[in-house]
Amino acid sequence: MGELVKRNHWVVRLTHWVNVVAIVLMAGSGMRIFNAHPAFARPGERFPLNPWEGRPIPAWLTFGSWLGGARHWHFAAMWLLVANAVVYVGFLALHGEWRDVTPRRGDARDTLEMLRFYLFRRKDHPRQGKHNALQRATYFAMPVLGLILVLSGLAIWKPVTLGFITALFVNYKWARVVHFTAMALLIVLSLVHVFMVLSVDPWSLRSMVSGWYDPTRSPEARNARPFLHLFARGRPDADASPEQAAP
Amino acid sequence: MSIDRRRFLTVSAASLSSAVLAACNANPRSAAKLLAFAERRNIGVEEALFRHDAMNHVPAAAALTGNAFPKYFVSKHVPMWDAAQRGAWRLEVSGAVRNPVTLTLEDLQRLPAVTQKVDHFCVEGWNARATWTGVRVSELARLVQPTPDAGYVDFAGFDEGYHESWDLESAMHPQTLVAYGMDGRLLGPGHGAPARVHSPVKLGYKNTKYLTRVVFMPRRNGGYWTDQGYEWYGGT
Repeated sequence: MGELVKRNHWVVRLTHWVNVVAIVLMAGSGMRIFNAHPAFARPGERFPLNPWEGRPIPAWLTFGSWLGGARHWHFAAMWLLVANAVVYVGFLALHGEWRDVTPRRGDARDTLEMLRFYLFRRKDHPRQGKHNALQRATYFAMPVLGLILVLSGLAIWKPVTLGFITALFVNYKWARVVHFTAMALLIVLSLVHVFMVLSVDPWSLRSMVSGWYDPTRSPEARNARPFLHLFARGRPDADASPEQAAP
Repeated sequence: MSIDRRRFLTVSAASLSSAVLAACNANPRSAAKLLAFAERRNIGVEEALFRHDAMNHVPAAAALTGNAFPKYFVSKHVPMWDAAQRGAWRLEVSGAVRNPVTLTLEDLQRLPAVTQKVDHFCVEGWNARATWTGVRVSELARLVQPTPDAGYVDFAGFDEGYHESWDLESAMHPQTLVAYGMDGRLLGPGHGAPARVHSPVKLGYKNTKYLTRVVFMPRRNGGYWTDQGYEWYGGT
């Protein structure tokens, strides 16, 4: 086996799992709140943009059991979500690790190459650093969606007292639309993230718990596509052991 | 190494599942305590954010909700003031005040009136728009002179004992009315006739309909929905 490297700082690991709890609580209770009036139209109006207007979300996906209870959970867990996000973003900013999760020059091409690789249009895994371009786009989009969720959430929570935030989303009704849509996108990205972790790089789970990562197990080293080469080993990738020169 | 990995997987699976269990299956009492604590802290934040010059604006061209404006009450039937049995309807403004008054509808209508087109925010998530005509609660306060210890106001009606108490600041907001008119007509029985509280600064359930008493108080006394577990503050 290869030499283990410390991949994720404890602050990143901690905030990652706190975030899982916070997002599950927020999305679950938010969907329960939504189910009290599962529509975006005002009374007497129509909202053709939503094909499921008036149809509630399945109860088993929701959390909080009733409107008042779900609201209490939502308005409590929001502080966990925000405090956790502040610690995470602050840490990334201070440690320079934001570079690993922000778009960079050439990402459009690298994204295309990753997609070509996953679609078997290309044989070898594209060179990458800590994350590939698809991951970087996802890990960047998630906090951006989080910011949109917090702003649109404030717009709905305090449409009069914080009316200037509501105005950013046109009005209360559209703030609800944005809040719901951003939540749905975040959930989809999270599910894709979990799928890719389990099917492409389950070894990274360890690096998100203990922090340790085996560079010979990196997707690049294994030339790993979903469910393929799961247990292979390879040459550690350039980023994981920077002292080793690329051949 | 493989032992190491196995141990790692066991430990992480165990800690993950206990975290999930803690979240889903939390001891209701400790969860309730935590949520009550969060609500208390949130009230502090909400009161700190609250401003009298933060107003609700509905564009002049925006459509009124009109007949689609939901009607609701907690009695079995639409509450109607039975003047034959109970005498003429009166609004009592009392409590921790220097000069309690009892107003007939005519008295109320003689006070300086405000007409405003505002949002109505329901706790369920929808909002509706109407033009309300009435007297500012701050105008009533000017009449009765609350004593300095009056930090809360209770709005009670004749709908099966429905009431909701407010913080004084929200009650004194310029858009908080005791409304007797809606969309240019007198308030209808489905919307709280003869008078009701209406304000965009509180969720619908805080806006007591079929109003009979406005009581200034040194302490808050919950409310119909508040006592059933909805947030007491319910501010927007």
